[in-house]
Amino acid sequence: MGKEKSKSGPLARRPDNSAFKQQRLPAWTPMLTASTVLPSFYLLALICMLLGVWLLLTVQNTQEMKVDYTEAGSCNLCFEMRKNVSNAGQKCTCMIMFSIEKAFKGDVFIYYGLRNFHQNLRRYMDSRDDGQMLGRKSNLKSPSSYCKPFDVDEKGVPIAPCGAVANSMFNDSFILTYYTINGPTVVPLLRKGLTWYTDKNVKYRNPKMDNLTLPEVFEGTTRPPYWQKPVYQLDPFDPNNNGFINDDLLVWMREAAFPNFKKLYGFLYRANKPFTKGLPAGNYSVAISYNFPVQYFKGRKEVVLTTVSWFGGQNHFLPIAYLVTSGLILLTAVVLTVVWWKFGKDGKNMAD
Amino acid sequence: ECNNTCQCEGAGPPQLQKAREKELRSLVSNLPFEGLGKSKQPNRFFKPNAIKTNKYTPLFFIPMNLYEQFHRLANVYFVGLAILNFIPVVNAFQPEVALIPICVIMFLTALKDGWEDFRRYQSDKKLNNMPCLIYSRAAKHYIERRWKDVRVGDFVKVVCNETVPADLLLLHTSDPNNVCHIETSNLDGETNLKQRNALPGLCTSLNVKRFLTFSRNREKPDKEKTGAGIESLLLRGCTVRNTEHAIGFVVYAGHETKSMLNNNGPRYKRSKLERRLNVDVFFCVLLLFIMCLIGSLGHYLWLKNLSDVPSFLVSDSKGHLDSPSLSSFYMFFTMIILLQILIPISLYVSVELVKIGQIFFILTDVDLYDEETDSRVQCRSLNITEDLGQIEYIFSDKTGTLTENKMVFRRCSIMGKDYPHKENANHLALLEETESEENVIFSQSSLSSQASRFDEDSSPVDTHRHGSRHRSKMAVNLIAFLHHQETQVIPDEKLLQQISRSERSSSGISDPYMDFFLALAICNSVVVSMATTQRQRVSSPLHSQKTNNPLESLSVLAKRTGSFWKVFDSPKQNGSSTSAHKRSDDANGVQPRALDPMTLSARPAAASGDVCYEAESPDEAALVYAAKTYGFTLLARTPNSVTVRVPSGEELVFEVLDTLAFDSNRKRMSVLVRHPITGEYVLYTKGADYAIMELLGTPYAGDGQQKKIAADTQYHLDCYAKDGLRTLCITKKIVSSREYQSWLADRKKALAAIDGREELMMASAVQLETELTMLGATGIEDRLQESVPDTITALREAGIKVWVLTGDKPETALNIGYACRLLEEGDLVINMTSVVFQVTCVSILDCTLEEVRRYHEDPRNVDTTQKISLMIDGDTLAIALSPDLQDRFLELAKRCRSVLCCRVTPLQKSRVVKLVRDKLKVMTLAVGDGANDVNMIQVADVGIGISGQEGMQAVMASDFAITRFKHLKKLLLVHGHWCHTRLANMIIYFFYKNAAYVNLLFWYQFYCGFSGTAMIDYWLMIFFNLFFTSTPPIMFGIMDKDVSAEMLMGVPELYRTGQGSGEYNFRTFWISMLDAFYQSLVCFFVPYLAYQGSDVDIFTFGTPLNTSSLFIILLHLGIEIKSWTVVHWIIMLGSVALYFIVTLAYSAICVTCNPPSNPYWILQNQMADPMFYLICIISTVVALLPRIARDLSELKSTPSFKYCLPFVFLSSFLIQIHIQALCIRQFLYKGNTKTLYIHQTTHE
Repeated sequence: MGKEKSKSGPLARRPDNSAFKQQRLPAWTPMLTASTVLPSFYLLALICMLLGVWLLLTVQNTQEMKVDYTEAGSCNLCFEMRKNVSNAGQKCTCMIMFSIEKAFKGDVFIYYGLRNFHQNLRRYMDSRDDGQMLGRKSNLKSPSSYCKPFDVDEKGVPIAPCGAVANSMFNDSFILTYYTINGPTVVPLLRKGLTWYTDKNVKYRNPKMDNLTLPEVFEGTTRPPYWQKPVYQLDPFDPNNNGFINDDLLVWMREAAFPNFKKLYGFLYRANKPFTKGLPAGNYSVAISYNFPVQYFKGRKEVVLTTVSWFGGQNHFLPIAYLVTSGLILLTAVVLTVVWWKFGKDGKNMAD
Repeated sequence: ECNNTCQCEGAGPPQLQKAREKELRSLVSNLPFEGLGKSKQPNRFFKPNAIKTNKYTPLFFIPMNLYEQFHRLANVYFVGLAILNFIPVVNAFQPEVALIPICVIMFLTALKDGWEDFRRYQSDKKLNNMPCLIYSRAAKHYIERRWKDVRVGDFVKVVCNETVPADLLLLHTSDPNNVCHIETSNLDGETNLKQRNALPGLCTSLNVKRFLTFSRNREKPDKEKTGAGIESLLLRGCTVRNTEHAIGFVVYAGHETKSMLNNNGPRYKRSKLERRLNVDVFFCVLLLFIMCLIGSLGHYLWLKNLSDVPSFLVSDSKGHLDSPSLSSFYMFFTMIILLQILIPISLYVSVELVKIGQIFFILTDVDLYDEETDSRVQCRSLNITEDLGQIEYIFSDKTGTLTENKMVFRRCSIMGKDYPHKENANHLALLEETESEENVIFSQSSLSSQASRFDEDSSPVDTHRHGSRHRSKMAVNLIAFLHHQETQVIPDEKLLQQISRSERSSSGISDPYMDFFLALAICNSVVVSMATTQRQRVSSPLHSQKTNNPLESLSVLAKRTGSFWKVFDSPKQNGSSTSAHKRSDDANGVQPRALDPMTLSARPAAASGDVCYEAESPDEAALVYAAKTYGFTLLARTPNSVTVRVPSGEELVFEVLDTLAFDSNRKRMSVLVRHPITGEYVLYTKGADYAIMELLGTPYAGDGQQKKIAADTQYHLDCYAKDGLRTLCITKKIVSSREYQSWLADRKKALAAIDGREELMMASAVQLETELTMLGATGIEDRLQESVPDTITALREAGIKVWVLTGDKPETALNIGYACRLLEEGDLVINMTSVVFQVTCVSILDCTLEEVRRYHEDPRNVDTTQKISLMIDGDTLAIALSPDLQDRFLELAKRCRSVLCCRVTPLQKSRVVKLVRDKLKVMTLAVGDGANDVNMIQVADVGIGISGQEGMQAVMASDFAITRFKHLKKLLLVHGHWCHTRLANMIIYFFYKNAAYVNLLFWYQFYCGFSGTAMIDYWLMIFFNLFFTSTPPIMFGIMDKDVSAEMLMGVPELYRTGQGSGEYNFRTFWISMLDAFYQSLVCFFVPYLAYQGSDVDIFTFGTPLNTSSLFIILLHLGIEIKSWTVVHWIIMLGSVALYFIVTLAYSAICVTCNPPSNPYWILQNQMADPMFYLICIISTVVALLPRIARDLSELKSTPSFKYCLPFVFLSSFLIQIHIQALCIRQFLYKGNTKTLYIHQTTHE
């Protein structure tokens, strides 16, 4: 602009004759013509189709098994028992039998599934204190007001972890048993590494220990009202899996997007026979420590066993979506071709 | 604003009227009170001269600006939502975070306001500190002070070329006649000199101390009242020219001056598109309301459906849960907060930005630049660019708009005898034909003759000169050439002989031929300025306009570059170099040889005397130049005398007794002089023929010679008018001394009157202008501007109806109508002129309407275009515009292809425009160049001013100002179309974008118990609207080209797409909203189904949603963009890149910064998951499929495109051929001109 001002002479105010200012920048104008549109449509249809077929084949190789244990078998009793809040302290175990027709090959993931449980309610989601779970001492003793009414108990003792999310944590546990000819074998489960690495190592930390034991660190706090044991005793076997970095807690704290969801419970430990290749076909049972009440929200509970493909668990939607889209594009392309065929002829006539 | 400016000419400034109405301002000089305390100052109650236009002070900026900003409804809405979010029961986001958008917007607005205000403050400061001279009693002379020190009651001295600091009553000037010349270009843009007279009888010496007590009440010391009007007022902002110094008494200062009172700031017009936009915003509010209602109802039902209290239902801090109905009531407000961006508040900001960009491109268009005046198009109204693309009716002025308003004397009739000036006509015709070639000649000749000289000199300015020399010289030559031709009149030989005969035969005094030319020379308001006292202008275009041969223009050029002056000062160049503004005749060899010796004798004198004429209207200048050609040279004009050199070489000084100025009611002007030889009082009157003919003396009513003369003159006048010439009648009257004395008494009374002064003045003028003697008539040609017929044809093809409203005679108007192809041979022209009675008008209207209807219903005329034109004159129009007839008139006018209104007054012009605009509900555009078009320009939807010969009043009132009529073509067809389609598409896109994005949140409510959860992090939502998707639509609105400029110019029919409701209407809006709903459905449900039953968490689920919606929204725009330039690519790809960079960075940094979402490492995780890509791809493809298919089907099915496509190819092909042909032609002509040039030099 300075340059422009310094200009003088009879044509001082003449605008720059540059391509930008004259709106004459070289431009690419996508001309929608039959010769460009039709091939790209066919190509797109082909790509979608190939992807769809590939996904479908992959999905065919995955297996999934859902066992609803809400009221099934002996769990019926437990279900009835949990209806009464006063029985909350009592233990209840039950067992469900199921059989696997076809062996699960490869890694097997064991999930617990909940139906109709809304982890995605706004007020519920807000009811947590990430600062506390990051191990901030100040938040430990005075939880965020978002946690209300689960920030302190009746006596004013802070709750750790505070909030409705942690309070409502799923607390059923499962023992899988495989029945071979030789008798029942407990299916070994790996209950570690269930969470994202970043959750376990960055996002959630226990408060600084400073040569204190975990219970000492959490002194002056109390457990959430619905819990049976304090946060530093969540895993009786592995002391490093306690406190705010307990895997089950972390999995639960990652709130599910929909009311029907599953959460990872463990992996099949494949070191010993007969589980080196996965879960063999046969009869299984699952023994459930039935604690989590679902009748308040007309919910269901289930155990889900599944193998995974490169793009996640068994998911029939994506391949079908790709195939249907491919079909739609193909249809459009064919219609366009027909129209173009006629139109092209007309055009030729006009040109003649 | 403009009315005041207009009044300024005739009725005096508004202050005078105000003073008259309220109280007279009694002013006392400050001098006796100098040095006394402030409380003793007599004028302390009047405002000081310091001005302050800034609104804010630094201390109170924030509260005042906030107060200003909360006047906007949008901001109130925004803040209301933010406050709502602070109420715990209804909040949707973290309260503090929700404040961010409104804070950002208000901060930006405050920043803009602050900066603008600071600029105002700076310019005020600069003005307030300008130096000026104030008389000090202590120092006994004028001492230099600042403008802000000027107070009412001071005596101020203004030196030549200085600006007047306050409204001054002129008391004394350095001029012996006590006049002062001023230029008002700062006020109204008029560059011609205006004369102001010092208050007569008050001050004859410099001794101002005599007027220690001077009151505005116009009392002289001896208590005799003296009238002072506008003619002795110097307004603040004017520049003193041609006068060494002027002394004035400050009557108004600072904010009370006229220029400050008139300063109303830019006016605000709301475009049609914006009105439509507000309707759609209302629809959005409705939609939002419905969605929130659904949300709240859904929440109620969901809560009702829960039989018990599950652990995920969180009670408040007291463990209490609200009843379903109450919480669903709260939920309604939560939903409003959540879905608030459905109402596109940022759209208003974006529209403003887009318009700024569009105006930038209009301003920089080199095609709309006029080399002759070195001016670009001006956009005075910043927010109606898109209205340019929707014009249906154009109302155009004729003079100066369609025509050049550069008047050329063509012929005259004296004493009933026609002098056709055939040679002049031939000469003009020749010039017109060969104009382009001649230009080449001149530039070449000057180049070849001067180039060597230039090249010898290798001064530092060389580079500069080389850069622009060729072009500028071309331009200068063009101007020089036109101007030369303009003033050049080749005398009619017969007339020359006649003059010399009458000079020899009689005393040469009372001969009608002599009188005729004397009248031409005297009866005008032309100011003569000598070259020596020529005002200084540094880089004014007038320089180039005044030169009239290439050598001179070169010398001007050389003067500017400075170092070439020596070269031109050589004796060889003497004639041309010593006077830059000489009007010498012999430069180009076009000067006729057959000049009478008498005229030749006058030439050296003229050359040495060097007169320049400054005329307020170009007609007058043309007449003065014509008189000069015949030897009657106007040499000087003062308020009291006119000096004219007659052919004999004698210089006659006429004492001017009075000037009865032109006004639009009388349509004539007169000058009363005392003849220096005979001593008679002579009144010369010139005016429109119909205004003059009825004032002719009694002999003309009789049968004799006189009547024949009058009849012949009338016949000639009609002929002239048929040729499209502007006609004037010239008359004379000898006033007896008794008559003069009695008239003078009345005149004086009128002059001194305070109430109804104008009426009295006019009455006295009419009183004198009777019993006139016919001398003759003149015909002046006002040539059509270049490419006017092309432009009008193109505009008509574009579906625009062109009306021409002119004050000219019907014949002239008709002729011009044919010339500019407004009317064509074979058109049916309905003539509705000179209808006096309403009954006649009714019957004509009914008959023609019936006929026109029949014409239209005739099956033979179904396919033919309407070829009906209407011609109506002012009187008939007045009847036709009456309330009971206007419907019929409009019905008729609607069916006419073009309408020609002649002899209309400015008020009628605006009435016509208003009527058509309001009754037919169409977009109107008014274009004009003069003060008489101001009303019309202000009334029309779009007002366009042409900055031409008649000052700047039209420009001041306009929304856009152009220099040539032909620019209208590109302005409308290209810029108008672009601005409209761009903005329309941008707005539609904006609605779509917000709806598509916000609906994602809405669909999610069905899965979270309508609890108002957002599955996208709130910061990312803000970023999404603020950064990732904001620039592409703005760029789209500024830069997209749906059709190329060449195509739009070549195929004006394309303009029709914008007319009526245009591209942005009910249908397109709802289609895009439906599309938005569909796309959001796809964008939500594809990820939903893909993740159904999985262990996905909320914000992980939101990430592919956010990403694919970004892709969909950007690719949707990509489909809309019709031409991709580098800028498009950068911004589109940049937006995607920005999304990923910002989101990745945000997810990497933010561990607990935005609970509960905390998007820590989510995108990183997702990007490592193939599922993410699969979902993004499929949802993008499926979402965009219908739009692509729709575009394709439209491409195939609409007949317009079907037929247009081959046509488009054909026309672009033709354009190319045409350009090539032009190049070839130019090449050929270049060859020709060279030979021509050689031929000329040898001839010389």
